[in-house]
Amino acid sequence: MTAAGLILEGVGKTYDGRRALVDVSTTFAPGQVSAVLGPNGAGKSTLLGIVSTLVTPTAGRLRWDGVPLARGSAARARIGYVGHEPGLYGDLDARENLILFARLYGVADPAGRAHAMLARVGLADVAPEKPARAFSRGMQQRLALARALLHEPALLLFDEPASALDPSGAAWLAGELRAERAAGRIVVLVTHDLEAAGPIADRVLILRRGRVVFDDARPGGFDAATVRDLYRERTGG
Amino acid sequence: MADGAPPATPGFAAQVLRIAAKDLRIELRSREILLTMTFLAVVIVLIFSFAFVVGDARPSPSVTAGILWIAVIVSGTVGLGRTYDREREGEAIRSLLLSPVPRGAIYLGKLVATAALMVIVEGVLTALAGFLFAGGVLAHVAWIALLLALGTVGFAAAGCVFSAALLRSRSRDVLLSTLLYPIIVPIVIAGARGTSQLLDPLAPDLEGARFWTQFLVALDVIFVTVGLWAFEPVAAGD
Repeated sequence: MTAAGLILEGVGKTYDGRRALVDVSTTFAPGQVSAVLGPNGAGKSTLLGIVSTLVTPTAGRLRWDGVPLARGSAARARIGYVGHEPGLYGDLDARENLILFARLYGVADPAGRAHAMLARVGLADVAPEKPARAFSRGMQQRLALARALLHEPALLLFDEPASALDPSGAAWLAGELRAERAAGRIVVLVTHDLEAAGPIADRVLILRRGRVVFDDARPGGFDAATVRDLYRERTGG
Repeated sequence: MADGAPPATPGFAAQVLRIAAKDLRIELRSREILLTMTFLAVVIVLIFSFAFVVGDARPSPSVTAGILWIAVIVSGTVGLGRTYDREREGEAIRSLLLSPVPRGAIYLGKLVATAALMVIVEGVLTALAGFLFAGGVLAHVAWIALLLALGTVGFAAAGCVFSAALLRSRSRDVLLSTLLYPIIVPIVIAGARGTSQLLDPLAPDLEGARFWTQFLVALDVIFVTVGLWAFEPVAAGD
């Protein structure tokens, strides 16, 4: 029987002799939000890049539901990614962006799915021909989430998704993360926002200088004060 | 479907066409690249015409061919750069690379879109060159169009790889031409020589033009094959 979830074993990444990530071993489980925290340069985005299959690790291996996960792996069709940049074509409108990616992912009824996703993220009433570049950052992030969820991925990766959102947008995003957790997806959230990460994280992984300095999952989750104390204690920040 | 299999992804050719159609749809909306490329190409031809057309004297076929190919390559470089800028803005390329579309399909889709834009500009250029420099352009216009199309495929094949490699480079505009031009020298030579042999109004060298056409086909096969192989590592950029 293979272990469910995404398992990282001794994962490392070196760029031109500089070690960005060293011996990272952890498990991201389905139905769990895992928050990856750490100061700038700790290796958070590198870790997310490796999990997304865009970056090739120089050491270790990843297995997802028992199957190796690497660059070019077919499993990337089951990954959704929301970064701090929206990952959209600014000259296309919201519907065109979603239909394009729905087609690239082979989603049945791309137009219907795009319509449903726009309604879900609250963009159904946006002017049909308004290009995505004319959207506010908050609207772009909503559209980015719709794009990431189009193909119902089993693994959702978020890299500072709330960095451009106002408080109500951040609260909305937290609700979406909870909904995805409830749907049984693996959710990995890279963030600097300790206050936001605490209440929604089931697992907290703290990186410092590329190494894991804390990694634990708690059934009841973490409160913001605990996450703050852990972060300060483990990173000195 | 969280734990289920992903949807069946469309075939390779369909993905190539989708990537190309996406680029062309964006361009159709803004016409930014097409207008810039055409304007630049026309200006280049006009500048040369002031230098070479004096009274009734017309430039030689080899000069006309050279002018035509210089305009094609310079305007094509501008088009390439801007096409890839659109991928860089908002990190759209990341979404594309994360999708299940094979890297080869992304590469060929970008190649097709770039070549399509260049071919439109070349239509305008050929007509202008025919009007300004030599009626010989019209005598073998289909063959000259074939040479230009073949040269365009080779140029776009190399250009798409370098543009992808330079996507995250700050000096990409300068570096693109610096790195690309030495690589495409054989294409420019073959294209210009073949074109000049067709432009001679009295004695066109059809055998010579046939040789350069075949040479361009061979170059295209090499450039596209190497491009398909090289695009995966350069696009990943890690």
